[in-house]
Amino acid sequence: MAPAPTRYPSLEKTLTGITGFDGITKGGLPRHRTTLLMGTPGAGKTLFALETLVNGARQWGDAGIFIAFEENAEQIIENAGTFGWDLPALERDKLFFLDAKLPSTVVSSGDFDLTGILAAISAKAGEMQCKRIVFDGLDVLLNLLNDPVAERREVYRLHEWLLESGTTGIITAKSEGGEGVLAERYAFMQFMVDCVVSLHHRLVDRVSLRGLRVLKYRGSAFSENEFPLVISPTGIEIATFGTSEMAHEVSTERISTGIERLDTMLGGGYYRVSSVLVTGAPGTAKTTLAGSFASAACERGEVALYVSFDEAADQIVRNLASVGLDLQKHRDSGLLQMYSIRTEVMSAEAHFIELKRLICEFKPTCMVLDPISALAKTGGHVAAVHASLRLLDYAKAQGITVFCNSLVSDSDGLAEGTMTQISTIADTWIHLAYVVLGGERNRTLTIVKSRGTKHSNQVRELVLSNEGITLADVYSAGGEVLMGTARWEKEAEVRKEERHRRAKSERARRELELAEAEVSARIALLQRELEARRSELSLLEDADASHEQGLGTTHENMLRLRGGVADAASTHPNAKAKPATRNRAT
Amino acid sequence: MTTERDPRPATVAADGADVLSLRLYVAGDGPNSVEARANLAAILENNPATRYQLEVIDFLREPQRAMMDGVIVTPTLVRVTPPPARKVIGTLRETVTVLAALGITAGSRG
Repeated sequence: MAPAPTRYPSLEKTLTGITGFDGITKGGLPRHRTTLLMGTPGAGKTLFALETLVNGARQWGDAGIFIAFEENAEQIIENAGTFGWDLPALERDKLFFLDAKLPSTVVSSGDFDLTGILAAISAKAGEMQCKRIVFDGLDVLLNLLNDPVAERREVYRLHEWLLESGTTGIITAKSEGGEGVLAERYAFMQFMVDCVVSLHHRLVDRVSLRGLRVLKYRGSAFSENEFPLVISPTGIEIATFGTSEMAHEVSTERISTGIERLDTMLGGGYYRVSSVLVTGAPGTAKTTLAGSFASAACERGEVALYVSFDEAADQIVRNLASVGLDLQKHRDSGLLQMYSIRTEVMSAEAHFIELKRLICEFKPTCMVLDPISALAKTGGHVAAVHASLRLLDYAKAQGITVFCNSLVSDSDGLAEGTMTQISTIADTWIHLAYVVLGGERNRTLTIVKSRGTKHSNQVRELVLSNEGITLADVYSAGGEVLMGTARWEKEAEVRKEERHRRAKSERARRELELAEAEVSARIALLQRELEARRSELSLLEDADASHEQGLGTTHENMLRLRGGVADAASTHPNAKAKPATRNRAT
Repeated sequence: MTTERDPRPATVAADGADVLSLRLYVAGDGPNSVEARANLAAILENNPATRYQLEVIDFLREPQRAMMDGVIVTPTLVRVTPPPARKVIGTLRETVTVLAALGITAGSRG
């Protein structure tokens, strides 16, 4: 990592206000110094220089002078009108355009110099208190000199003038014979100036790509890599990752996938502010999964942005309605924003800028890119990967949960899943595939990875119906996974077996119940018999007791009647003595 | 305003259209400017039949005016009349080129 700019307190910088560039250079262009901006035709040199002036005037109130050697100042102002900078207003106040394009009728005869015009500009600059100055297309004028020595002399004159003037200067010049290579006789300019920025414009797979590279920056650290440059509706944007440090907020909140069973498989759904990648061959229901996710977001009252590449939004809405997903009602309520973009009209970078604009406009919490693999079509694999990764990065920074589809061919799905390298940074990767079995083609769903989530390792069969997606268990039989009809048969068989088993156990239960009832009944009968016997017995005992009592009373009565009550006592000892006598006898 | 008039202002004719009206923009006494003045003087000297008037404008003294006139480099010679306006940049070293640009046919004017 390069040291921070604060390590060079002596070097002052001037912000360009161009998105991304001030980050690459850690503060913009060297203040009071000269920067050489070179590039191939159409790379955006003039625009870059102009935007630096415009931003300076608009954002920091810096007055600026633009000296146009190559185009008419009028044309430049007109061209810039499309960016909404309102140059005519700035021109009255802060900016001065000098039309320095020599008419083609000019006859050149002998040596000339810039002394005069520089004196004129000095006067103007002093009057305006100019801070930034651009010499656009200097090479056009110098070409007229047709003398390398004189050309070099004028460049040095200009350079010295710039240093003396105390303004921040930009000189633009065409590079010839390849990127970053000035015509040989202007090569010395690269050594002369303090900062050299190279712009280029090239075609990759028939798609136009622009790039920017800082070649030199005296006394300052800078990013030496090449960065994509995009001309957006508001001006130039240099595509950078921002800081190399990743500091996204991590959420533990789960949000629904829109499919109940899938939520369960993922332990509650996707993590909020994560990225989800769904890969699959054409027709594996990737879009349906995407629609479910978007629909679930809208059901929660969140704003979802659905970006489809090369497929019309209306078509997607119609198709998803057939599987029970009503996206139209969410579109009507404004929660669902759908955008269809044709892929090949723009580079991946340009798409990125456009998506960023949409994100800024709608501030969604959930976003669908259907399919993100479309970006890979847009000229240059590396550029596409770069753009895709930065898009996901940007979305995360904005707190958006991103759902990306990626189209892969069926044969080597997982290998191609990494085509845009998104699979490596996606937090959740779901792969959809076909399994051909028993003359059928069935859809399967596998969770390839899901960071920080306990997830099911099982392949599920994905069934599309009028009610949407359902995930069915698959049967493994003899090492083969059963799906579709085979699964249905297996399920039917299992159901039949289950019915049999239930019936059997029911019968057994009934028999046992019957037996139990019988025994209970017998017990009850016996109980009653027992009670009957007991009551008989007690009756008998009562009868006996009353009878004996009756006998005793009779005897006493008889004794009393006979008057022998007193004798009764003497009688008894006699009676007792009898056995004793008998004992003695034996 | 420093305007150097031609030493023979009497040559201005009544029918101004025939008069060659010239402006030479220079930057002080820079080498190119000095050379241009000398070359122009020599050319006019060698074509005595040409009636002309010449104004020399010094960028260093009148920067704004020169810029307003759309002059970028020094030295620049402008033929103001007869129309159309023509510009020759440089030290005016190549006499033939300069004469052609100014529309002077050597010795033809009288």
